[in-house]
Amino acid sequence: MSVYEQTYRSYQGPLTPTWSRFFIIPRYAYEVVFRSKLFVGFFALCFAFPFVGLILIYLKHNLSALQIFGTSAGEIAKALPINNSFFYYGLWYQGALAFLLVLFVGPALVAPDLRNNGLALYLSRPFSRTEYMLGKMSVLLILLSAITWMPGLLLFAFQASLEKGWLGNNLWLAGAILVGSWVWIVFLSLLALAVSAWVKWKPVARITLMGLFFVLMGFGGTINQALGVWWGMLFSAWHVIGSIWYSLFDMGVSDDLPPAGAAWIALVAGCLLSLWLLYRRIRAYEVVR
Amino acid sequence: MSSQVQPMTPATPAVPASHAADTAPVISLEGLAVSLGGRPILKGLTATLTGRCIGLLGPNGAGKTTLLHTLLGFYPPNGGTARVCGRDIRHDLREVRALLGYMPENDAFIGGMSGVRFVRLMAELAGVPKSQAIERAHEVLFYVGLGEARYRDVGSYSLGMKQLAKLAQALVHSPKVLFLDEPTNGLDPPARTRMLQLIRDIRDAGEVRVILSSHLLRDVEECCEEVLVLKNGNIATYSNLEEERRANRKFLELELRSETEGAAAAFAEEIEARGAELAAGTRQRLKLVLPEGLGVRDLYELAAARSVQIRRLDYKKDSLEDIFLKAMEGGDDVRI
Repeated sequence: MSVYEQTYRSYQGPLTPTWSRFFIIPRYAYEVVFRSKLFVGFFALCFAFPFVGLILIYLKHNLSALQIFGTSAGEIAKALPINNSFFYYGLWYQGALAFLLVLFVGPALVAPDLRNNGLALYLSRPFSRTEYMLGKMSVLLILLSAITWMPGLLLFAFQASLEKGWLGNNLWLAGAILVGSWVWIVFLSLLALAVSAWVKWKPVARITLMGLFFVLMGFGGTINQALGVWWGMLFSAWHVIGSIWYSLFDMGVSDDLPPAGAAWIALVAGCLLSLWLLYRRIRAYEVVR
Repeated sequence: MSSQVQPMTPATPAVPASHAADTAPVISLEGLAVSLGGRPILKGLTATLTGRCIGLLGPNGAGKTTLLHTLLGFYPPNGGTARVCGRDIRHDLREVRALLGYMPENDAFIGGMSGVRFVRLMAELAGVPKSQAIERAHEVLFYVGLGEARYRDVGSYSLGMKQLAKLAQALVHSPKVLFLDEPTNGLDPPARTRMLQLIRDIRDAGEVRVILSSHLLRDVEECCEEVLVLKNGNIATYSNLEEERRANRKFLELELRSETEGAAAAFAEEIEARGAELAAGTRQRLKLVLPEGLGVRDLYELAAARSVQIRRLDYKKDSLEDIFLKAMEGGDDVRI
């Protein structure tokens, strides 16, 4: 209808399938997020390690390129081991960047909707709380996937394609990359959404999120020192995820990390707590008792 | 903000023949009970609402907004149920929401978005495809009068503009039923007039049934055909204003003056004894309905006989205010 015809006319066209509608939220969120040049720069930086990794893998299998510098092939091969350690430390690097990315994007996801009473508008449509949360979560899930397991698996596939027989012996590494990345992604996303849902101001939400990672780590360390126990480490998300990754990548035993079983329980508990906090908060209207 | 609304219909609703026949219930309340925080808010409401524009009236805390929120599925019913256009809110909530457009009472928008982007997002969430959603957003923003301001951040809108933006997002997906919760809250007189014009225009377009919740009797009277009055979580009354208007039941309002207090009282008793129906009023100011066979001339004669002067005599229709006040005077009994 032409804009000058200002009488009410209803929409008679087709509707999109209901299952697809939660993708609308990340689409709108990305339009805002990628408007920031700072974020675009940071996001590009997140691909630096995978890029370097690709070069290293290429060089390892093209030793003649390095022999130009007068190094022996054996030494070079020794200096560039593409094994579980390579992917373990790669995931650590990318996981730390994922945390920074969540600090940047996470607090802006739910808090503005709560501050401006926007939830009533979302939920008055054929759009459930679960779809809302999935939509908001997928903003982080997609971004974090792009910088963790996707490049991890790309490096894995590249290495597998260059070395015959390597894939068969190291297939479990692909599982470790996938599972290790996803547990971190899900944990970070749920925690960021929960904080965003309970702290309405973005800067305060950012500080709270940092506090949960660093203050709790200090708190856990203090408990360990004061009581002479190990379970204080379970308050530290870094130690918890470190323990899970350490066991997933079969790095051996470390005294600096909590047992993997306890770490898994702590991580699941953290996710369930975040989910519960989210469900308590994601309502069209708060009932004042 | 420029006024871009076309000339609208007069304040009294004119019922087109095609719409007059449309008496399918828009909302059926079947013993609907809702408790919030352990406190009963809606106490077993039962009614069938059929009008094109239905007013929800009641004092603060009567349960108007809770009723709307329950119909939207924000609060689960404790007992009974309700149907919107035949769909049960307990079992077909997604279908119910697909039929509804909701304009909340408080400020509600998505931060950091221009008006057109905000309305487009709301259209897409309701299922309108991306390309059509853009077109619809522009169209609806022009329709409500925000055409010139559609690229401005919604957060920077004035209160009146935010109300219009809320109306636009409620309309953009063409709902079958439109819930308007206090749509004229905080508006200055010209903005209020424009908002009421829009509501009447939407009502008269005949494609949307409107539920207008307000504590302002004039707003409801100017737009609605039916009115549901809530009091303490019960239905105090449910009236068809159209029928009330058609019946044209006239009140006489008399202003009396007499030498003694007793003379006016005796006059009132005399006319009541002759079959007149007296409404609430003081001794010096009477509101009454005359029975068949008792005319105005008779009143003057009776007044003269009692040494009472009738200083003023006005015909007055049974207004929404009368209906509302009567409903508020009564107990919590249901009167439909």
